[in-house]
Amino acid sequence: MADIHSIIGTKNKKGQTYTDTWKMMNEAPRTPSFYTGSEVIKEAIRRASCDVMIAYPITPQSEAAALIGELFAEGYIGDYFRGESEFAVMSQCAGAAFGGARVFTTTAGPGTMRAMENFPMWSGARLPIQMIVTCRGINSPLSIQPDTLEIAYLLNTGMLVWHAETAQDFFDWILKGYIVSEEPDVHLPLALCCDGFFVTHTKDVVNLTPADMCLPPYDPYRSPVPCMDMECPPVRMMRDPFVMKSNYISYATHASWQQEIWAAVERSRKHTIHWLNGLIDTENTDADIVIVASGTAVSQGREAIRMLEDEGVRCGLVKVKALRPWPEEEIRQATKNAKHIFVPEFNVTGWLAKEIRATVPNSQRVHAGPHVCGGMTMPPEIIVSEIKTALGMKTFSMAGRGS
Amino acid sequence: MSKERIQISEALYDIMPSDYQDLVKSATYGKEDRGWKDIGTSKELIEQHSLCAGCPESMAFRYILASLPNPEDTVMVGSTGCTSLVFPMVAVHNIHSLFGNQNAIASGLKRALSVRFPGRVKDVVVLAGDGATVDIGLDMTLQAWFRQEKFTTICFDNELYANTGGQESGLMQKGFVAKMAPVGKLFDKVRLPEIARESGCHYVVNCTVSKPSLVEKVIRNAVHVAREIGPTYLQLYTPCILEIGKNSMEGLQEMRDSEKPTERFAYKEYISEPAKQLLAELAAKDKERKAAAKQLAGQASA
Repeated sequence: MADIHSIIGTKNKKGQTYTDTWKMMNEAPRTPSFYTGSEVIKEAIRRASCDVMIAYPITPQSEAAALIGELFAEGYIGDYFRGESEFAVMSQCAGAAFGGARVFTTTAGPGTMRAMENFPMWSGARLPIQMIVTCRGINSPLSIQPDTLEIAYLLNTGMLVWHAETAQDFFDWILKGYIVSEEPDVHLPLALCCDGFFVTHTKDVVNLTPADMCLPPYDPYRSPVPCMDMECPPVRMMRDPFVMKSNYISYATHASWQQEIWAAVERSRKHTIHWLNGLIDTENTDADIVIVASGTAVSQGREAIRMLEDEGVRCGLVKVKALRPWPEEEIRQATKNAKHIFVPEFNVTGWLAKEIRATVPNSQRVHAGPHVCGGMTMPPEIIVSEIKTALGMKTFSMAGRGS
Repeated sequence: MSKERIQISEALYDIMPSDYQDLVKSATYGKEDRGWKDIGTSKELIEQHSLCAGCPESMAFRYILASLPNPEDTVMVGSTGCTSLVFPMVAVHNIHSLFGNQNAIASGLKRALSVRFPGRVKDVVVLAGDGATVDIGLDMTLQAWFRQEKFTTICFDNELYANTGGQESGLMQKGFVAKMAPVGKLFDKVRLPEIARESGCHYVVNCTVSKPSLVEKVIRNAVHVAREIGPTYLQLYTPCILEIGKNSMEGLQEMRDSEKPTERFAYKEYISEPAKQLLAELAAKDKERKAAAKQLAGQASA
């Protein structure tokens, strides 16, 4: 494959110009467009120089997956098909990535869980696949509504995990995600999560990069492990199949391989900070009260802060953008003045609050809540109520909530 | 190929493992009529393996690797089991990812290679045990065939889960007493060759690996048909001598006994019409090539 620098400025078969990603994302003119989140995913992939996309229907990601099929029909993607289940799809994605393709897929909720065995395999095999997770309930009784519990299961797979708040985040992060994921010192899959329906099915103004610019193609020979295409020597990768041997060398090989995956997650930190302009965004963190959230809980937190300001309560905000790598030091710094840290979440277990409790000193400052789950919305009033209750302020009773 | 892709820099030659040096010197990558007869006179594409002594699976591996028509552009996909102990010793790129997902991996792989190398031959060959192919991975096995994915699926049928210690599998014979079948298996051996035919495979063979020349023929046919037409399936009996209570030297006889006309591994094949046509064309070309070579040899000696 030609050097990446000699490809920049040339055109692909659709007439798009391979563009330096930094210029494309930060300097090229943007066009405001009014799109649903699903349409935004399509527009990002149109510009992503994707080789293979594999689809499977599950609400709420089906529309995005089908729209990318249209891109394939238009010739923007090398190959596209519907797999037979999420487990199979994630394996098909792995096969395509082993073969040196830039791969994209989308999933949600029970599908994420069904496919789960694949994710540690992806990171173990160092496959920089990008998977959109449009979060929804995973429990029984059946729910198709938004609920972020599935993210908790992804956190220990060795994948990079980012949590988008808005469709604009989504558009930018899909494109930037490939660049971070494919860095030779990272080369790991990315789970780019959003809250289903709230982001996928609502319309928002999103500033798009020019449609005639696209990412440089993926170069599989920058991978830290050999691409399985027989274009490089088929040397034996192991003297012995260490997999099932019970000896010290075997254990040490496994241990160092796993440590290397997490070291690669760690090395992604500098690239993620560079491309996302930090792992977190902050507002007014000198306040006594700080809300820390990810996904659309950030938007609800922002609204709650505005309402509290009207009542004279000053409140700061931390938007957590990357969950892996985890912004440990950033969160510690951003909450160092806080007497109270509130973590509103769209799930029943409060996994983000647990992560934050394990991160900050004096963790009794962390109030895990409010929580909504099973598809409930999170009116900013319940965040306000949670904060006022904790501060010993009078709060109103919310109809139907029994408080 | 091309051995250019595997040449060793002179400066590093002496520190390369000797088995790699041997590959460069005398492996049969790129040899047009490579086959089982090269075993013993060239470097095989399989190095030492850690299977049991006398394991028929090791014979099958050697014959298959000697017979692949295009190993220099072949990627193999395995699954968990005894085969995964062997693949690290195989000198073609190969993928192990999970248990049972081999045909899904191969589907993605074949498509990626087609996108990346248009107009070039890149063969994909799946090789997995019967548990992976017929039990845990059955949906992905069949769905790849329904989709007409252009790769070969080889099942090493040892009629049980060998690597985990001899448990019942779907390809086990009815009545066989095994772990997890304490009163004997209660249902028939799954008829995957017939299912393969009905699922869209263009070339299906059920046989043992007792005859290397037969293995060579079916492997070449299966790979060529998969390359040009659509999915192909080979079910090869590679008995687990350990779990059926045989000795190391008894594997070959076990296969011979099982391939008798009334037995379950009597040679069976199905070839679709387009595949028949392709194989006839290939046979004609082969004949032509051999005749030309003979003529050339005649001229040289005259």
